[in-house]
Amino acid sequence: MEVKQVTTKSMPYDAWKDNEYIEKLVQELRDSGTNVLVGSLDKLINWGRSNSLWPLTFATSCCGIEFVSLGAARFDMARFGWEVARSSPRQADFIMVAGTIVNRMAPVFRRLYDQLAEPKYVIACGSCAISGGPFRKSYHVAKGIEDIVPVDVFCPGCPPRPEAMIYSIMQLSRKVKVEKFFGGVNRQEKRSEFFRQHPEQEALYNPSLPDDADKCD
Amino acid sequence: MANLQEKIARLFPEASFEEADQLRVVIPDAKLHDLVKTLRDDSEMQFDYLVTIVGMDWKTSLGCIYYLMSTRSKQIISVKTSTEDRDNPMLHSIADLYRIAVFYEREVYDFYGIVFIGNPDMRRLFLSIDWVGYPLRKDYDTNPELNPVSIEAERQSDFTYQWDQTESGEVKRRERRIFAEDDFVVNIGPQHPATHGVLRFRTAIDGETIKKIDVYMGYIHRGVEKLCEDLNYMQTLHFMDRLDYFSAHNYHHGLCLCIEKAAGIEVPRRAQVIRVMMDELSRIASHCLFLGTFCMDLGATTMLFYTLRVREQILDIMERTCGARMTFNYDCIGGVMEDIAPDFVKDVKELLAVIPKNIKEYNKIFTGNVIAKNRMEGVGVLSREEAISYSVTGPSGRASGWACDVRKTHPYSIYRELDFKEVIRQEGDSMARFKCRIDEITESARILEQLVDNIPEGEYLAKVPKVLKLPVGNWFQIVEGCRGVFGVYIESDGGAKPYRMKFVTPSFTAACVVDHITRGQKIADLITIGGSMDYIVPDMDR
Repeated sequence: MEVKQVTTKSMPYDAWKDNEYIEKLVQELRDSGTNVLVGSLDKLINWGRSNSLWPLTFATSCCGIEFVSLGAARFDMARFGWEVARSSPRQADFIMVAGTIVNRMAPVFRRLYDQLAEPKYVIACGSCAISGGPFRKSYHVAKGIEDIVPVDVFCPGCPPRPEAMIYSIMQLSRKVKVEKFFGGVNRQEKRSEFFRQHPEQEALYNPSLPDDADKCD
Repeated sequence: MANLQEKIARLFPEASFEEADQLRVVIPDAKLHDLVKTLRDDSEMQFDYLVTIVGMDWKTSLGCIYYLMSTRSKQIISVKTSTEDRDNPMLHSIADLYRIAVFYEREVYDFYGIVFIGNPDMRRLFLSIDWVGYPLRKDYDTNPELNPVSIEAERQSDFTYQWDQTESGEVKRRERRIFAEDDFVVNIGPQHPATHGVLRFRTAIDGETIKKIDVYMGYIHRGVEKLCEDLNYMQTLHFMDRLDYFSAHNYHHGLCLCIEKAAGIEVPRRAQVIRVMMDELSRIASHCLFLGTFCMDLGATTMLFYTLRVREQILDIMERTCGARMTFNYDCIGGVMEDIAPDFVKDVKELLAVIPKNIKEYNKIFTGNVIAKNRMEGVGVLSREEAISYSVTGPSGRASGWACDVRKTHPYSIYRELDFKEVIRQEGDSMARFKCRIDEITESARILEQLVDNIPEGEYLAKVPKVLKLPVGNWFQIVEGCRGVFGVYIESDGGAKPYRMKFVTPSFTAACVVDHITRGQKIADLITIGGSMDYIVPDMDR
């Protein structure tokens, strides 16, 4: 079954910029060949999933306020089906990292990511989440979240405009559309690849409960 | 000022005086507590408000500068003390005189490793207990391998320390519990939708009643003060957008004023008017967002959409002039970056026309609502004395009856010429804090009305050297941000980069007081009280 060029929200395909990554995924799907029945089911499921991505309410700084604007009447992300911002990671599909992640926040953020149910996605929103941004030289800032979790979409800006955030979530929804939901989600391959690149993270991935270290010194 | 200096010299012969923009007393550590106590309690001085404690590293010595203000005479005085011992630095605490000093001293301990003898809670504030080194010391080792970003859970402690001095002069460390042994502690945050960011409360509760809250900060501590020491003065400005991102213009204004005062730069009248207009526009936008998010915390989601409508209109005005929606970087040394957009006056007038209608609508929808009244009235009462002792400024302080508006107490720029009322309420509860902010929107609109037709012609930017060097010295400047007093302290060694830059932020004190005003309240009221204090977490963590 032939996989078509992927687009979302009735945007013409030519309007998308930087399609190499999505095209590579489409090519992989074409190369591996898909059963018509499973492929059609995939298409149906992915159509549903890509149109109701639920974000986690997660904001550490300035970008979070633009995320609030995104939810309000003017930019209104409800038109795209993303408005159900969940406060619990167990109910969310993706985490939009809106703001700087610092040393103290990194373990908390990692735990939030681990609590998201599969299949899960990450959008690094704003220059702080991408690289540390204006605080890159600081003693207490993570130089991008890619060292902590795998990232699906990068959304540059300081902070990105709400339109840019909409574009980044649309790109994520395109990515969701080219996944094989039945017969292995692409995602899992990506995680093993992530652990290959960061072997030190693998041991920490299933951490045992921390020692009862309630006493310092 | 001369009288004050004579009086201090008479009472404390060991005190000396230094040149600074405020009266500065230098006192040995042994006499510090007595001096500050006299300054606070003497009927002629009454320096009852501790503005900040600036930790300092002068390479040969470590020390602190205490900025005190009198709420009666509005005079500011600074007290400097230092210690030569770099391995084991110790100073005496003033935590028994000002309640906020507990937290300010913890911050200095975190950054410089100075132990305060007598402080009941001497542990790190922003950094973890395993952090190696004291980051704001000049000899701090920045090697990231010492303090790596880890995904392992941070080590926690239920204990804190207190250093006491015996009568023979010996200093002893004593271990103290943060909570009682059988307390039931609930963890709220850092990822919680009602904490307005990443703030964590360790809450000891008895049934539904709050016994004690340990405010745990540092989840967005980005080390702005240290970063500033490596940048020149122009480059430091952009951090002001990212502390309290709602008061971006006000904070820029404060830092610019401080640098201009130090360099002796005169700002053109047109730039001053534009700056003040931008400050007031920010204040309206900020209070609008407060109304929305606060009501959302209480369960009224609709208000957010109504208040953000006005905020978006203001952001449009700013975008046309500054080119950005949030991080404007508009005020610069000597004036403003660009001239106002051609439609600026028209847009502001349109905004002023809709504000009264909107405020009427907000009051109709929410303020008179019986549920809102029950949830806010009498909840989280902060008295005037406690507000001063905790240095809670801005609308939260004014709701407790403390006239602390810097625009009135220490008028800067053109505020002296403007006609506006300082909004003060006496109740001190959450409702008063809410109403204070609604009324401030009206007052800000009045200021804009006075200025919108009177923007003078002329230059918008003074001539400033490309590489700006400040003379040797130190300067302190306070301005009114949207949430309270924002202060800038600059110490220069004569170079193009600041030797030390310290920012005094209102959200810090607003979060520190939460423990005090929530005791004995129900846990559901914690959300109301926290929301009504309106703190911004990146602003308190810096």
